[in-house]
Formats: sequence, C-alpha cells, structure tokens
Amino acid sequence: MSAGWKPFLRDHGGLVALAVLLVFNILVTPNFLQMQTLFVNISQVATIAIVAIGMTLVIATGGIDLSVGAIMALAGALAPLIFLSDFGVAYPMLGVAAAITLPLLAALACGLFNGLLVAGLKVQPIIATLILFISGRGIAQVLTNGNLQTFSNPSFSYLGTGRILGLPFQGWLALAIACILWWVMTRTTFGRTVLAIGGNERAAELSGGPVVRVKIGVYMICGLLAGMAGLIVVAINSASDAARNGSLMELDAIAAAVVGGALLQGGRAPVFGAILGAVIIQLVKYTLLANGVADEVALIAKAVIILAAVYVQQARRE
Amino acid sequence: MTALDTDAFDLRRHISRNPQSVAVWIALAALIAFGVLRYDNFGGAYNIASFLNYNSMFIVISVGMCFVIMTGGIDLSVGSVAAFTSVIAAYLSPYGIAVALPGAVLAGVAFGAINAFCIIALRIPPFIATLATMLGAKGGALVISGAQTISVDWESDFTRMGMEQAFGILPWSIVVVGVVVIALWVVLEKTSLGRTVLAIGGGEDASVLMGLKVNRATAFVYLLSGGCAGLAGVILASGFGAGQPLEGIGWELSAIASVVVGGTLLTGGLGSVPATVAGALLLGLVFNILNFENGRGTISFSAYWQMVIRGAFLFAVILFQARVTGGRRGKAAG
Amino acid sequence: MTDLLKMTAIDKAFAGVSALSGASLDIAPGEVHALIGQNGAGKSTLIKILTGVYRCDGGTILFDGHESAIATPREAQAAGIATIYQELTLVPLRSVTENVTMGYEPKRLGVLIDWKRAHRRTREILARFGIDIDVRAPLGSYSTAIQQLVAIARAVSLDAKLVIMDEPTSSLDASEVAVLFGVVRGLREAGVSVLYVSHFLDELFEICDRVTTMRDGRTVDCRAIAGTTKLDLIAGMLGRDAGEIEEEGRTEFGGGTGAAATGEPLLTARGVSTGPRLIDFDMTLHRGEIVGLGGLLGAGRTEAARAIFGVDRLTAGRIEMKGQGVAMDTPATAIRAGLGYLTEDRKAEGIVPDMSVRENLTLALLPRLTKRGRIDRARERALVEKYIDALGIKTADMEQPIRELSGGNQQKVLLARWLAIEPDILILDEPTRGVDVGAKREIQTIIRDCVAKGVGVVLISSEFEEIVEGADRIVVLNEGRIVAELTNPGITETALVRALAHIPESKTSGTRTPEGTGAAA
Repeated sequence: MSAGWKPFLRDHGGLVALAVLLVFNILVTPNFLQMQTLFVNISQVATIAIVAIGMTLVIATGGIDLSVGAIMALAGALAPLIFLSDFGVAYPMLGVAAAITLPLLAALACGLFNGLLVAGLKVQPIIATLILFISGRGIAQVLTNGNLQTFSNPSFSYLGTGRILGLPFQGWLALAIACILWWVMTRTTFGRTVLAIGGNERAAELSGGPVVRVKIGVYMICGLLAGMAGLIVVAINSASDAARNGSLMELDAIAAAVVGGALLQGGRAPVFGAILGAVIIQLVKYTLLANGVADEVALIAKAVIILAAVYVQQARRE
Repeated sequence: MTALDTDAFDLRRHISRNPQSVAVWIALAALIAFGVLRYDNFGGAYNIASFLNYNSMFIVISVGMCFVIMTGGIDLSVGSVAAFTSVIAAYLSPYGIAVALPGAVLAGVAFGAINAFCIIALRIPPFIATLATMLGAKGGALVISGAQTISVDWESDFTRMGMEQAFGILPWSIVVVGVVVIALWVVLEKTSLGRTVLAIGGGEDASVLMGLKVNRATAFVYLLSGGCAGLAGVILASGFGAGQPLEGIGWELSAIASVVVGGTLLTGGLGSVPATVAGALLLGLVFNILNFENGRGTISFSAYWQMVIRGAFLFAVILFQARVTGGRRGKAAG
Repeated sequence: MTDLLKMTAIDKAFAGVSALSGASLDIAPGEVHALIGQNGAGKSTLIKILTGVYRCDGGTILFDGHESAIATPREAQAAGIATIYQELTLVPLRSVTENVTMGYEPKRLGVLIDWKRAHRRTREILARFGIDIDVRAPLGSYSTAIQQLVAIARAVSLDAKLVIMDEPTSSLDASEVAVLFGVVRGLREAGVSVLYVSHFLDELFEICDRVTTMRDGRTVDCRAIAGTTKLDLIAGMLGRDAGEIEEEGRTEFGGGTGAAATGEPLLTARGVSTGPRLIDFDMTLHRGEIVGLGGLLGAGRTEAARAIFGVDRLTAGRIEMKGQGVAMDTPATAIRAGLGYLTEDRKAEGIVPDMSVRENLTLALLPRLTKRGRIDRARERALVEKYIDALGIKTADMEQPIRELSGGNQQKVLLARWLAIEPDILILDEPTRGVDVGAKREIQTIIRDCVAKGVGVVLISSEFEEIVEGADRIVVLNEGRIVAELTNPGITETALVRALAHIPESKTSGTRTPEGTGAAA
C-alpha cells in the first residue's frame, strides 16, 4: 500500500476534500447540521449530479455533450404543455404520465441525433453537440412562445418536491441511477466497450466491439438523463422557463464529472465520482454563500477547484 | 513541369487542396448577392457599417481561436474574457482610447497567460484549463463591476472606436481588427512561429523531435487568443457605451463555429486566417439576413427561430464538411 | 584521433525494467559507424538518450570533446546531431518544403520567411537524392519511400557533425538505396560521421567502417567491418555459436526443412483491392501453414492484412472461406469467421492502456463471455489465468493496468487476446517488434506451437530471419501488388532480398498516392 500522505491524497483526494468541507462547515457555518440545509443542498445537487452521471459516460468514450442544458430546457418545456393541454386536463393521470414519458422520449431522440453525428458521421463531439446547444433552447422557446409556464400539479411536482424517508425524491433518484449505471459499467459488455472506446478506440474496433452502437448509446443515455433533470427542475419550481432551465448546466456537469475523476481523453467512468464532484462543487458554493461571500466569487472558487482536481489527477497518472 | 511553374499560384490546385475554404467564400458571395437583390438597404452604407462594426468583435475572436485550434487546442474563455476586459476598458475610458485599449488588451493577455501556464506547466488539458478561466473571468468581471454595467466616459475619445468611422467610410473597429487580422495572417504564413503553430497541430511529438520551439508557440497562441478577446472587449465597451460583465456568453462557441465553417481542422494542423474571417462573416450574415427577412414581414422569425436556424445552418455545414473532407479529417499518417 | 562521440557505461530503466545496462558507443570523426542488435537489444533507447529524448540513469556521454548536456531534441540539433528516427517523425499535413526547412527557413529581414528561396533550396536538396516532386504539396500525399527520403534529406541538410540514421532504408528500393549510399559517402568525405542502424546486414558491408553490436541492453562488441563476416555479426547479436546458428537457424522457427504442412485451404483471397495501396491481391492459406508477406515499408502488407480482417472495404475481388464467398465488412465479422489480427502498432491499435491485463486479454472474447449482456466474471478470470500461465506473462496480478507491463509482456497479452478466441486463422503483423530478446523467443515458440495445432498464420515481419525461417511460403509485395512468390526450399534470405530488389526503376520520379489518404506501413 502507499506510504505517506501524498499518495493517499492523490488517490482519495475527492473524499478528503469532501471531509474537509464538511468539517469546516460544521464548525463555522451556522445552522449547517439542520435538516433544512441538507434538504436544500440535496435538492440542488441532485439535478447536477444526474446530468453529470450522463456526462461522465460520454466523457468516458472520449467525447463531450454540450447540449445537455438545451435538452433540459426542451424536456422541461414539453411537460407542462402536455399536462396543461386539453388532453392532459381531461385525463389527469394519463396526462402526467404522458408529460413524463414524452419529454423523455424527446430527450432520447436528441441523444440519438448527437450519437448519429458523432458515431455515424464521425463529427467531433464538441461540434456535433453544439448544434443542439444552439438550437435546442430555441426550439423549446418556439414551442412555448417564449412564455413562462406556471402550474400547480402535485403529481408532477413530486418529481422535484416529493420526499422519501424525509429526503428529496430526486436525491434518491440520482443514487438509483448511479447504482444502475455503475453496474452497467462494471458488469456488462456495454460498459466494458465504453471504457475501451475511451482508452483506445482503434483497439476496441479491431477487437470486434460494437463501437458505433455503444457510442450512440452513451449519447442517448446522456440525453435521457438531461431530460430527467429538466423535468425535475420544472417540478421544483412549478414553472417552466425555457430561457433559463439548464442554463450553463453543461459547464456544471463537465466540472462535476472532472472533479469526480473523469478523464477528458476517456477511458474512465467514475459514476459515483460524478455525484461526489457535484456535491463538492455545491458544498463550496454553499459554504461561500452561507458565509457571506458573493456569488461571483463562488465562480472563481469553482474555477480553482476544477484546476486543482484535474492537476491532482494528472499527477496521479504519471 | 519546370521550377517556375510550380511556384506560381495555381487556382485549380488551391481549390483541390482547400475545398472547404473555397466553398465558404463562394457561399459568402452568394449570400451577399442574395441579400443585395432581395432587400433594400442591405447593400447600403448604414447596414454595411453597422454589420462590420458588430461583427468585428467576432472576427477578431475567431481568428484568435483559429490559432489555438490549429495547435490542436481550444479556448473556451474568450467570451468571458471579453466581458471582463470590456469592464476594464470602461474603467480606463476616462484616460482615452490610447490607454484603455492597451490596458484592456493586456488584461486579456493576462488571462491568456493563465491559460498558457495551466496548459504548458501544469499539463492540464486545454478544454479544462480554459473552462476554468472562463468561470474565473466571468466571476472576476462580476466582482470588479459590482455586477452592473459600467458606463464609459463619454467625454473622452474612447467611444470613437466603437461608434465612429475612419475617414467617414469604415468603422474604426473593423479597421483596427482588419490591421490585426492581416498582421496575424502574415505571422501565420511567413514566420517560423506561425509554421510551428501549424506543425504542432499536425504532430506534436514530431515537432518536438524536429527541434521546434513547441512550448513557445503554444504559449503564443493562448496569449494571442486572450489578447484578441481583450480587443473584442474594448470594441464591446466602446460600441455600446458601457462595459458589460454579463455579455460574452456563447461567444467562444460562435468562434469555434466560425473556425470550423472556414475549414480549419478541429484536430489541428490545417487552417487559414482568411477562411476563418469568411466563416465569421458568413455566420454573421445569416443573422443579418434573418433580421432583414423579419423586416419584410412575409415571415416572422422570432429570436427563437433565429437560434434554430443558426443551429440548422451549422448542421448543414457539418454535413458538407463530412462529405468533402471524408478521408482527411484528423487522421495522421501511420 | 579523438572520438567525436564517446558513450560509456550507460544505464537506463523504464518503470523498473532495465533497458540498458552498461551500454557504450564510440564514434570517430568522419566515420560511418554501424549499430546492430536484435529488436529489443536497446539500440533505439541508446540513440534517444544521445539525442535528448530520454535521460540516462547512469554513465557518461562525451560529444565533440565536452560532456554532453543535451536534454532536448532541439539542443541535440544545436549541438550538431541530426537524427532520422525509425518511425516517420515528420508532419504529413504540412508541405514537403516546410518539413525539410522547418525551424531553419530562409528569411528576409530576419523574420519573414522567403518561401521562394525555401522551395528552391528544398528542390536542390531533394535533387541530391534524385527526387523531383512538387515541394508545395502536403508531405502525406507521397509514398512512404518518398517521405523517408525527405526525412533523410532534412537531417542531412542540417549541417551536423553526426547524422544518425535509424533504419533509413526500410522503405527504399535498390536504386534509392544506392542514392542514399552516395549521400552517406559524401558526408564521410566532408568529415561528418554517420551512425547507421539497419537490420539489412549486407548494407553495412558496403558503406560502414566499424560496427558495434548490442545485446540485451549491453554493448558486446565493437570491431572493424573489414575482416568480419555476416555470420560472425549474427552470432554476436544472438549470443550464440556461429556453427550452431548455421545448423539450427536464428529464430525459434529455425531448424528442420520447413516442409509445408498443407491441410485444407482455410481462406482464399482473389483479386482483392482496397484502393491505391492494395491491388489485385491473391493468396491462399492452408491449415497448419505460415504464409509470410514480404516487402518493404509501405509495400501494402498491412493493407493486405486489413483487407482480410474486414478493416478496409474491398473495392474489387472477394474473400472465400471454405469455398464460400464471405463479406468481411467488419472486424466483428472476421472474428466470428474465426480470424484474429495482432496489429503492428500495439500502442495505437492494440492495448487499452488504463485497462487491466484481464480486460485487455478478453477484449475480443466478450461476446462469448456474456449472457444477455452480463459478463461471466468467474469464467473470465479462469480463462485469463490459463493464458497468463500458458504464455508466461509476467504480471503482478491480472488486475494490473497493462501499461505498466514491459513491451514484451504487453505483446503477449495481445497475442493471448487472439489465441483466446481460438481462431482458425491468425494474422500477425510484426509480432516481435519492440519486444525484448527473451520475450521474442517465447513469442516465436508460441506461434510455432499454434501452427502445429493446425492454425493458419499470415506473418508480416521486417526481420528477415523471422520470415525466412518461419514461412512455408512468402508472398512478396511492392506498392500494393504481388511481385513474387517464394516457396520452400527456395526461401532463403538471398532469394528474398533479390525479390525485394526486383523493382522497376521508375520509383524516383515522385511516386504519389492520391491526396487525402495518409501513409500506412
């Protein structure tokens, strides 16, 4: 085993950082150990974590998905349209069910679009997902005519405000998703192929792996998860603002994934790391806010964390 | 084939070697022709001047981005840095353009230096390093401006750059950008530094083994990109009369799109300054034409539709690129 | 006469594995000095230490009278050492002129490159090699042979005191080699030293003065070329008795008359073409047989392998297995049909560096290890253990990341990947390249055992002795076409060299491949 604190820090930097943050907050920040604080934090983290998990998978293949924010907006815009429509009002239960499944299908379709461009036409992921980044939010706004949609629909709002065992539904959802995808990554051919693609795509192809299908698959999963996150945000706010839903989420998701251990060149998919990364970033933000530091400075802090996390990982690999 | 023949500019050979750059110029010419024919005032002095004035910012950022991409890297921070430097420029505006311009550009170069340091010394991948700088610059802009737009000093000559025209014809902004772009074109085509930039993208290990000053060239492109963002920030502040800490969102992606449309390979090693300029102009023109089409009242393109159309346009370009450059894209010789 | 270069007692280890231990090299001014040794003997490592790519762990280097402080390739060039590396290290997207003059472009006003003069200079330099091409075209649009000559031209034009040539003739035909030798002699007359590394031993007798032999990371001999024989040199490289070698052969393939074991035909390629690099390729492979693909670098051997394995699309011809036409459209199809392909470049196409030995080993076997998408871990582990044992793979445990293993062990893992699918046909592209001497012998033995069990092998190797001793038949390629076929008892090194040299004289007028396709080995 490794001797000394340096290697330990390298291998478990994320957990150490988390521990430090928790201790600091317990000691310094007022009201930190309250249920309300925990609830608020989990609420905010969960959406980022869900998207970050999807992003981790895409990054594991050596790609990137800039369209997640736009997909969130699109899914979030579709849902109220459905359960607020005549059909939705007439059949409330069906309406809510449709309002959840149809936007998710749309999100899957977006992921399919991205996947086809990247795997089929061999377009660079940055450029391929840029298309939806630019136009996806626009489509959402066209559909809603730029209007803010507010509503009151307790069944739907459960997604964002429901509680299980006293903790937010979306937190449990994020954990469940992480468990499922962790299992997929470590126990299935799909997962193994994802890592092989990121590690050495040529080798994966030459070994007969279903590279094209798997690549399309990860973009679809990422799209789906972004869609879920979009629905959750709308549920939390009981309002869908296509202009703001998921704004800058791609950056947050990438940051969380990277802080959680994902390597941009691919080959690693630390699924729980994505949650950890999201938590760390959220905690730092909260720590600063709760102690009176301006929001803007939190941005700078986020930047420094990302640099530090990546630097530590680079050192670890060499 | 004698020696003299092979040195002369061969149009056919140029076309076969750079099909995409040529296509961009053709598309640009076609769009311009379309606009002139279809809309009154499209070719008028006012439209041209305001178009060039506004797009000068994107042109200069795109050229800076082109250099970075040619080395195989990327710079996501340009938008935020432009916002930051626009605030700096606004604060320096009382001292006139002679102080505000270099000051803001230097601020941009400073961010470029941070990028270069992270990428070269800390060996952090460019995507991450510039992502971090983007966040840092965004936060920094908000901090130094107190999250408000900062009005410029109207008394000084600062706003002349963004609002007045050189010799009454061309806006100062495009003149300055034009000079910078031409200088960079010369640097790329005619200096060792420029050729090294291209070589790095085409093969970094080979460049090191050939004894090229790879680190120096890499640092240069990031400093340059920061400086270009700085210049864009000055134009932004002087054109709108205020430093704007919240602007610049998505600019880096527009720049990347311009570079790609112009035929530069995202994987590096191949690129052209004029084609990038053409790409930026083309993207800007699409917007301009949409505005005119709205003005005609036949169809109404809301702002949202415009986003969709821009995305569709990029999609079309990508399809075209996939067809045309099929075998050449990003593959190094084995 | 003081030495130009004196390297003494050089040690170098990579991740704990020793690559050099007590290596040395002395070169006099104005001397053409040969450096020979098997793959894995340490020649490339020694050169890379000299040119600043690596730093040595121990030993001294004296260059031109003082201790060498060379720490980067740029400093090596500044000190007067020009190098042509074994792997093509130029930039294919850039023009020929740029590649030749990069870093040393003629300038006006000290800063602006004078392209007219640069083009002219490049043409002059290339004319010395008998090349007349459009220097403004991208380097990658030319054949491998031209690219190699351009690399050599660049090194020679750098006004160096020592020019290092690592396998400079691997893609050149006889006339191009003659031109190169003329250039080398010219260098010697001008007082420039040349360090010449080549496995074509006959070349050394033509132009070299002295020869240093390396084996297992050490320098074992340094003598004048005159008065030694090829067999002596080979014996030195292998560390065996000359007589023994004559009898038993140089590789683990040697011994016996190599009588072709012809079982049923497994695979037939008829008139296969895949674009400009492979044209009208015919070959039949039988059970228990080794067919060698011979040819220079860039001849189309790897293209033939890729065509058979479904990597490249056929533009003409067909592939038949057991009499039936098969559409080999993807590697997955080929694997299902019973083929395996050990690629030439394990770093680029073979290993997944961060994955474990276990995961790398089973990469091609996943469809057979999974039930409804789930990997059967117990079966996987048992299988991996079996192969680690059978092939003697030295690893701490099967979970070790493969990048931590030595080159030879990595290659064994890759070989196991293909053996694990129990193929009928194995395509091996440079199976012992970059592998230490011990592992090399082991790999050759494994291959021999495979063949004995009835596997049909297509063998590509630039080491003559491997192909000559291993193959039952050799198909010789040049520029994508078959130019000769050798069968036992006619397979000898002389016959192979002669077949390779039998190439039309039209090579030096700028053979080009259509632009847009990169060069391949």
